[in-house]
Amino acid sequence: MDNILVWTMISILVMVGLVSVVGIISIYLERKVSAFMQDRLGPMEVGFGSLANAIIGKKTFKEGRIGLAQSLADGLKLLQKEDIVPKGADVFLFKLAPMIVFGGTFAAFAALPLAEYFVPADINIGLFYILAISSFGVTGILMAGWASNNKWGLLGALRSTAQMVSYEIPIGVSLISIVMICGTLSLKEMVLAQSGWFWNWHLFGAISHNGAIGIVLLPVMFINFLIYFTCSLAETNRAPFDIPEAESELVAGYHTEYTGMRFAIFFLAEYGAIFVGNAIAVTLFLGGWNSGIPMLDEANIPGIAPLIFITKVFVLIFVVMWVRWTLPRLRVDQLMNLCWKYLIPFTLFTFFYVTIYKVFLT
Amino acid sequence: MEHKIETDFMIINMGPQHPSTHGVLRLELKTDGEIVMACRPFLGYLHRCFEKHCESLDYLKIIPFTDRMDYLASMNNNWAFCIAIEKLMGIKVSEKCEYLRVIVGELNRIASHIIAFGTFGLDIGAFTPFLLAFIQREKIFDLLEEASGARMLYNYIWVGGVARDVDGDWLKKTKKFCQEFKPALDEVDELLSLNKIFVERTANVGVVTKEMAISYGFTGPNLRGSGVNWDLRKNEPYSLYTKFDFNIPVGAGEQGQVGDCWDRYIIRIRECRESIKIIEQALEGISLEGDIYETVPKNFNKMPKGEVYARSETPRGEMGIYVVSEGGKAPVPYRVKVRSPAFCSLSILEEICKGVMISDVIAILGSVDIVLGEVDR
Repeated sequence: MDNILVWTMISILVMVGLVSVVGIISIYLERKVSAFMQDRLGPMEVGFGSLANAIIGKKTFKEGRIGLAQSLADGLKLLQKEDIVPKGADVFLFKLAPMIVFGGTFAAFAALPLAEYFVPADINIGLFYILAISSFGVTGILMAGWASNNKWGLLGALRSTAQMVSYEIPIGVSLISIVMICGTLSLKEMVLAQSGWFWNWHLFGAISHNGAIGIVLLPVMFINFLIYFTCSLAETNRAPFDIPEAESELVAGYHTEYTGMRFAIFFLAEYGAIFVGNAIAVTLFLGGWNSGIPMLDEANIPGIAPLIFITKVFVLIFVVMWVRWTLPRLRVDQLMNLCWKYLIPFTLFTFFYVTIYKVFLT
Repeated sequence: MEHKIETDFMIINMGPQHPSTHGVLRLELKTDGEIVMACRPFLGYLHRCFEKHCESLDYLKIIPFTDRMDYLASMNNNWAFCIAIEKLMGIKVSEKCEYLRVIVGELNRIASHIIAFGTFGLDIGAFTPFLLAFIQREKIFDLLEEASGARMLYNYIWVGGVARDVDGDWLKKTKKFCQEFKPALDEVDELLSLNKIFVERTANVGVVTKEMAISYGFTGPNLRGSGVNWDLRKNEPYSLYTKFDFNIPVGAGEQGQVGDCWDRYIIRIRECRESIKIIEQALEGISLEGDIYETVPKNFNKMPKGEVYARSETPRGEMGIYVVSEGGKAPVPYRVKVRSPAFCSLSILEEICKGVMISDVIAILGSVDIVLGEVDR
């Protein structure tokens, strides 16, 4: 009994740490990646040494050269900022909203399978749980926009709600194909099914489940992966689907009125959500903690599994950033067109394809 | 049973503090959800009584004020004002000065168009092309700084001449810039112009027909975007523009209808290429001999009595300067009136922003490329 309690506590602490670290690293990466793409340098001044010097007020440590501590310093700054609640706002909802948004994202981290031995909450409906809990954030966004008594905020919240509710459908349908192949909702078992060589990954069909015939699923799985990836961009309000917080149109969307730490929490939650979205992609399509080459797996190199998992997720996050700094933004009606006229019919097609495969070929 | 839900229009103030109103413009939007039912622009937040000020200033001292009208294209403003005064005084400017004016004017036109299409991309959501183009704008500013001493507000073109001479080194640097600018512009062009999302957002949006454009007094790239082939540099040539071989790009509705936002955008990209052509020809033709102050009047005491209207093609369109001089000993104008192209372009918002979406208002506003300093003066 005691053992379980201790183990749970450790897992929770690690996950809390992971959420913040992931947020901070992603923000730093975002600035560096965008700088790299735009012929700039990005943050260069605030290293850990400079930050420590600033805190103690003496020049004790060597100053940083590539701005590693920039996001940390930003966080410290935001902590000290005044917490403004606008006049006429619904104070209770206004203060509750960031907690709900962050809570939804954070709770989703609990079920991520970082390694076979490290799944903080190993539940048999893991996938369902993550999808359910991460869409919880919409409530918070709607609350934030409504409660802040700001017209831009309200518009942003409405856009966000319409967008996230619509894009949940193609996400759900595209993931159901994997669930059908695996016959389970447990994330851990899905990853275990993809162990061994990389062609066992679900991206390349269902070879690990049904042998060579599984290759007939390759095209639809590629489509499924692309659809899932596109929709996860929309789910996390990233460009080209960042219309809820389009800074050139809605100032800042639903978080226009938020300041200080409340704003920082929205920011952190956004990057947390990106991590979760891509972590699901890695878990379901890209083999989770498996490296794809049996020699480099956990069995041979102990402790490498979580690293493989996180590296894969960050590669996808890099792609997300790459897309953001390349593409312009869609308009609200075009966004809905894309979802209802293209993505949903395609996912339905892949869904039937997999169903037929499952019924007649296995 | 049927429930009737009463709905009301929402009035939103876009600006004067808003990231995409290009300065301090206030748009009052009457919206039904995302659809804009009415849009009224309110001006005057940047009004500095430029025209009134001019009535108590020496002719030469007005030139720095013209810098601050369209602050993105100061050279062209200086030039427009000087053309008016020179016409009144009957001064013929030396060829060297005219060449220099063409070179700096076209350089500044490119810098201004970079802002125009860069911020337009920014409004649509593309951040990277904006910054890539800005690198080139920095280079132009370095060149103009070397020639005039200032980076944005030059006070370079004077009545009867230019303020400072340039050397052969500067001409070489300008030539080098022309070589470097072409591939850089192509890069931005490839990133943005034919991007599917960008075309979706801008084609068939904010269509201004030929008739509308003319009746609203559109000029410059906006007018040409609507398919009217009119450019003062060709149709009513001033300075040395008859000497150069260049084309006037005209909107043809390649991605949608003639006169949509995409047309107005692409005109600016193409005009940059034409400007480079003009600069290259001017660099060939210029000779460094001669005194730049040769035709600069020593004082304005012998100002003739009369009035004058002169117009020239600035990056935003046709800038008209109307000056009334009392003559005699008073070295100040009796009245100065500026016809500002951006003001006329802005007036169309109310008509074409009916029934579009909020995002389209931003796209339309970005595509007509206004500078509030010039609208309000």
